[in-house]
Amino acid sequence: MTALLEIRDLHASVGDKPILKGIDLTINTGEVHAIMGPNGSGKSTMSYVLAGRDGYEVTGGDILMNGESLLEMEPDERARAGMFLAFQYPVELPGVGGMSFLRAAVNALRIEAGEEEIDQLGFVKIVREKAKLLGISDDMLKRAVNVGFSGGEKKRYEILQMALLEPTMAVLDETDSGLDVDALRIVSEGVNLLRDPGRAMLVITHYQRLLNHIVPDYVHILADGRIRKSGGKELALEVEESGYAGVDDAA
Amino acid sequence: MAATTQTIEQVEQATGKYKYGFVTDIESDKAPKGLNEDIVRFISAKKDEPEWMLEWRLKAFRRWQTMTAPDWAKLDIPPIDYQDIHYYSAPKQAQKLKSLDEVDPELLATYEKLGIPLNEQKMLANVAVDAVFDSVSVATTFREELSKAGVIFCPISEAIRDYPELVQRYMGSVIPIGDNYFAALNSAVFTDGSFVYIPKGVRCPMELSTYFRINEQNTGQFERTLIIADDESYVSYLEGCTAPQRDENQLHAAVVELVAKTDAEIKYSTVQNWYPGDENGKGGIYNFVTKRGVCRGDRSKISWTQVETGSAITWKYPSCVLRGKDSVGEFYSVALTNNMQQADTGTKMIHIGEGSRSTIISKGISAGKSQNCYRGLVHMQPTAENARNFTQCDSLLIGDKCGAHTVPYIVSRNPSAKIEHEATTSRISEDQLFYCLQRGIGEEDAVSLIVNGFCKEVMKELPMEFAVEAQKLIGISLEGSVG
Ligand SMILES: Nc1ncnc2c1ncn2[C@@H]1O[C@H](COP(=O)(O)OP(=O)(O)O)[C@@H](O)[C@H]1O
Ligand SMILES: [Mg+2]
Repeated sequence: MTALLEIRDLHASVGDKPILKGIDLTINTGEVHAIMGPNGSGKSTMSYVLAGRDGYEVTGGDILMNGESLLEMEPDERARAGMFLAFQYPVELPGVGGMSFLRAAVNALRIEAGEEEIDQLGFVKIVREKAKLLGISDDMLKRAVNVGFSGGEKKRYEILQMALLEPTMAVLDETDSGLDVDALRIVSEGVNLLRDPGRAMLVITHYQRLLNHIVPDYVHILADGRIRKSGGKELALEVEESGYAGVDDAA
Repeated sequence: MAATTQTIEQVEQATGKYKYGFVTDIESDKAPKGLNEDIVRFISAKKDEPEWMLEWRLKAFRRWQTMTAPDWAKLDIPPIDYQDIHYYSAPKQAQKLKSLDEVDPELLATYEKLGIPLNEQKMLANVAVDAVFDSVSVATTFREELSKAGVIFCPISEAIRDYPELVQRYMGSVIPIGDNYFAALNSAVFTDGSFVYIPKGVRCPMELSTYFRINEQNTGQFERTLIIADDESYVSYLEGCTAPQRDENQLHAAVVELVAKTDAEIKYSTVQNWYPGDENGKGGIYNFVTKRGVCRGDRSKISWTQVETGSAITWKYPSCVLRGKDSVGEFYSVALTNNMQQADTGTKMIHIGEGSRSTIISKGISAGKSQNCYRGLVHMQPTAENARNFTQCDSLLIGDKCGAHTVPYIVSRNPSAKIEHEATTSRISEDQLFYCLQRGIGEEDAVSLIVNGFCKEVMKELPMEFAVEAQKLIGISLEGSVG
């Protein structure tokens, strides 16, 4: 069986600075992997490299999705191929109405699949339903994308987009940061609803607490651009107790 | 017919961008090239005008001869040979049209292709249209329904014959013939345009719109529009325009005058989509337009909303003279330039009345190698007790070969007047673009979304029927600006 995502000896630089220094990681459909690591270890960089962001240059290795290299694909092509990134810092789009933005994204997928564009009324209904599960109000849906949203609202809005776009490979970058206990619960429930045998997730976090809610199949510890240690969900607890320093020593 | 279809196809193949670039193959009746008193007489005779109108034109022409073109704008205008232009061109047709059925089918097809069906069954349900083709109005829809409400909506050439008192009283009252070089030229040779009169207490039952089309080669278009809103009346008026894609530049020098009386409101919207020239700056319309409205009565209101995406060069400052007590002037503008386009546009708010208020929201978008300048004047006269102005000028740059400039002039002669001015310049951020791309939205669509978001405050002022069109137009005009 071909893996959904296969990262092979991936090296990447920002500017002239090497950040990822040889990452190997294989993710199969249906699995949930967690990446933990101290600040500055390269977690967000890895998510951007997967998504194909400009300025994040792959200097070695490869990223395969369903056996095909992503490296020559533009970010929007990767997205339409099923790669989704929930941003650590979602971006504000002043004046861009939420509904038109979400619809543009869904239609881009549909056009790619040779389907009809979604009709406006039907779409509004679908969005409302999914939004409700995430505690997103109609008022929030009417506002411009991420503008004036609280930290928690932004994170929920990312999960709403994931629910609408139904990606096969979802990367969630610190979806827990800045959330209080209640918000963390809502977001985690939203994510858990999206766990699916046809989808894999890569959950990036700094803290173990998220992984109590979104329980991963595998945990990897990233430090200084490399995966230092991999294990089951119990590895997260180990880190919680002894800190990242301990992991570094073990490596 | 065949020739037209062929031309359309050629144009689409050649560019695929400016979709209104086709030429209608229709026989026309033209004045010889050049400008002199005889040409002015020729135009006046063609229009069957009364003597007073001819005299007015001649006076304007003599005035124009003594004037020079303004050179203060941040525009690089190549010399224009005013003797190398046809000042009159009209499609040949039976003199007077009784109904739309008599309009040349070729013309109806042209407007249909432009998205402006004049045919009764296909007309936009709540929009009356005056269609001006080169120098003449070829059709005006919904006239009967409007006249039931007492509204006059007709070609200005007709108003000169049928409502001479109104025309004589108001034409030139807002923009005198000697106001500026282009206004003087227009006053001498204007050919057609729309005339609107809304009687006292009437809320015009539908949107009024004029659609201007330049078709002929080497012709100028000099339309003139006059809108009078009597006491307590309301009208919303929209102007649209396109021209064929040609290698030579063509001149468009329009004059629009608005008069709002006590408690009256005029909302004037423009979607300007004249041919902008090609990527290398070849061809395109020179758009030198004088637009001004006077809020004569107390509590009267004039709003200008413009979406400017076309023309090689735009020189245009729709203005409000706020004479009435508590009168209101508004200017909402989106000016988008791409490739080699140049725009110098803005507004003037002249506050005379006590308590008069004005709002200016200008959104300039520059892409390609274009230059985009906002130029605006806010003038508080000594009588403008407690007058207020709020100005916000935002510029958005796409790429690093274009320019954005903001030139505000502020004159305050009344210490109680308040003026606020905010200005920003930004680029489409890489963050925003990547966020959209990551959602699967292609780069051009992403830019169009972000730019439309940037313009939102202005776009929402457009009548519903046109807002969607205007949004698409922004997307189309930005094609090729990224990547
Ligand atoms: N755009 C950038 N320009 C320069 N350095 C960057 C950029 N993005 C990340 N870095 C650097 O790369 C390293 C990893 O950062 P990041 O991937 O954000 O870590 P994490 O998400 O694990 O906190 C840090 O040293 C950071 O300073
Ligand atoms: Mg990070």
